[in-house]
Amino acid sequence: MSGLHDLSLASVAGDPRSAVHRRDPRVKLLGLGSVTLVAVSAPVSAWPAYAGCAAVLTGVAIAARLSPATIWRRARVILPLVLFAAAFIPFVREGRVVASVGPFDLTAEGLSTFAGVAAKTAIGTVSAVLLGATTSFPDVLRALERLRTPRLFVLVAMLTYRYVFVVAGEVRRMRTAMRARGYRPRHLLQAGPVGHAAGALFLRAHGRGERIYLAMAARGFTGTMPQAVPLRLCAADVLFLLAAAVPLVALRLTLEVMA
Amino acid sequence: MTCTIHARDLRYTYPGGHVALAGVDLAVNHGERVAVLGPNGAGKTTLMLHLNGLLLGEGELRIGGVRAARETVAQLRAGVGLVFQDPDDQLFMPTVREDVAFGPRNLGLDAAETQRRVDEALAAVGMTPVIDRPPHELSMGQRRRVAIATVLAMRPQLLVLDEPSANLDPRARRELLTVLDGLDTTLLVVTHDLPFAARLCERAVVLDGGRVVADGPSDALLADTVLLSAHDLELPEGFAPAVARRVAA
Repeated sequence: MSGLHDLSLASVAGDPRSAVHRRDPRVKLLGLGSVTLVAVSAPVSAWPAYAGCAAVLTGVAIAARLSPATIWRRARVILPLVLFAAAFIPFVREGRVVASVGPFDLTAEGLSTFAGVAAKTAIGTVSAVLLGATTSFPDVLRALERLRTPRLFVLVAMLTYRYVFVVAGEVRRMRTAMRARGYRPRHLLQAGPVGHAAGALFLRAHGRGERIYLAMAARGFTGTMPQAVPLRLCAADVLFLLAAAVPLVALRLTLEVMA
Repeated sequence: MTCTIHARDLRYTYPGGHVALAGVDLAVNHGERVAVLGPNGAGKTTLMLHLNGLLLGEGELRIGGVRAARETVAQLRAGVGLVFQDPDDQLFMPTVREDVAFGPRNLGLDAAETQRRVDEALAAVGMTPVIDRPPHELSMGQRRRVAIATVLAMRPQLLVLDEPSANLDPRARRELLTVLDGLDTTLLVVTHDLPFAARLCERAVVLDGGRVVADGPSDALLADTVLLSAHDLELPEGFAPAVARRVAA
C-alpha cells in the first residue's frame, strides 16, 4: 500500500514563499508546459534544445528552493518506468553495430535515439514534478479552468483528486480486514478473494458516487459547476512566463529553420 | 420562507417496491429542535431527502409554506440545508474554501458575498483555520463541522442533520454539540444517538415502518422505556434524559 501513501508526493514542496511558488498557476502551467513541448517536439539529436530546457528547469528549481533529492523522489515514480520501455530501442533500431549482448546487437543509431528519448522523458518528468511541487493541485485545476480546458474534464480531474484518497483508504481497510482473517495468497488460484474485494470496492464507489450526487444536488447543483474564484496576473507572472518560455521557443524555432 | 415543516400523509415507495414512508404526519415550527429517532429502515433518511426535494413523494409536504414539487425544488434547496452522514460524501471540492463556496455560488451570489458567507459559516463552526486545506487532510470531527459549514453558508432556515455524531470521538462529539447548540436555525436531527438527541433537542419524534409513532418532549419520550424498546431504541445504562438536558442548559 506504500504506493497510496506516495500520493503525498503530489503536495507542494520547497519554499512556499519563493518567487516560483507565488506565481499565478496559469503561467507555471504554460511555462513548464512549453518547456516540455519544446523538448518533445525537437528532433531526437537536438541537444542544444535539451540543454536550454535543462537550464530553465534548473533555474526554476533553484528559485523554488527545491533540492535535487526532492525532485528525484518524485521523478522516480515515473522515470524508471519510461526509461525501461525505451531501453529496448538500442537493440531493435537498425544501424552500425557497436557491441553485442548475447544474441542482440547494440547499434550506434539506437543508442543515440535512446539518449534523445531519455532526455525528452527526463525534461517532461522534471517539468511535471516542478509544477506539482510549486503549485497545489486545486490551483492547477483553477489554472486549467481559466485556460478554458473543457469544464467536464476539470470536473472529472477534481473529483478524481478528491476521491482517490477516500478510495485508497477503503482499499487499505479491506486489505487489513482480509489479512486479519488470515488471507495470505501464495499462488494464483488463491487470488479469488482479491477479485471479490475489487467487485465490492466498485459497488462501494458506485454507491458513494450516488450519495455525492445527492449531496451536490442538495446544495443546488443543476449540472454546471459554479465559476471558480478569478485569478489575477501581475507583472512578475508575465515576466516568469517570458523568461521560461520565450528563449526556449526561439531556440526551438531557430533549430527548425537551420534544419 | 418561514420555517415550518408541514407533512400530511406523506408517502414514498422506492422503485423496487420498498415502502419507505407510509403516511408521515409531522409539523415542526420555527426555531424548534426536533430529534427524529427510529430503528434502521424506519424511513428517517427518506424523510430527510424529501425535505429539500431530492425525493418527491405522494401526499402533502410544505416547507415554510412552499409546497414540495418539481417546480419549487430550487426554492427548497436554498432554504433547507441537508448535512449527510458521511462528510466524505458532502465534501467533494479540492479545498474547504471551494466546498463551502459551492452552495452560495449555486445560489448565484457574487464573489464578494460568497466570500463573506464562507468566512461567516466557517467561523460559526470554528473551522476558519482550515479554510485552505483539502478535506482529506482533516479529522473526522473537523470534516463533520466543515460539512455543516457548507450548508450554513447558504443560510438555510431549516438545518437537517443525518447522524451527526456518528464515528466521532467523545471530544469531537462534545465540540459538535456546542457548535449545534450555538445555532439559532430550526434543527431536525436524525440520529440513533439518544443521549445526543436528549442534550440537543427539546422535542423528539419516533419514526417506525414509515410512520410517526410517537411525538413529544424528548425528556418524556426518552424516559418511556416501553416505547423505546418497542421500536428497537435503547438508552445507555444509567442515562437520565431529564438530567442531561438540565446539564446542557
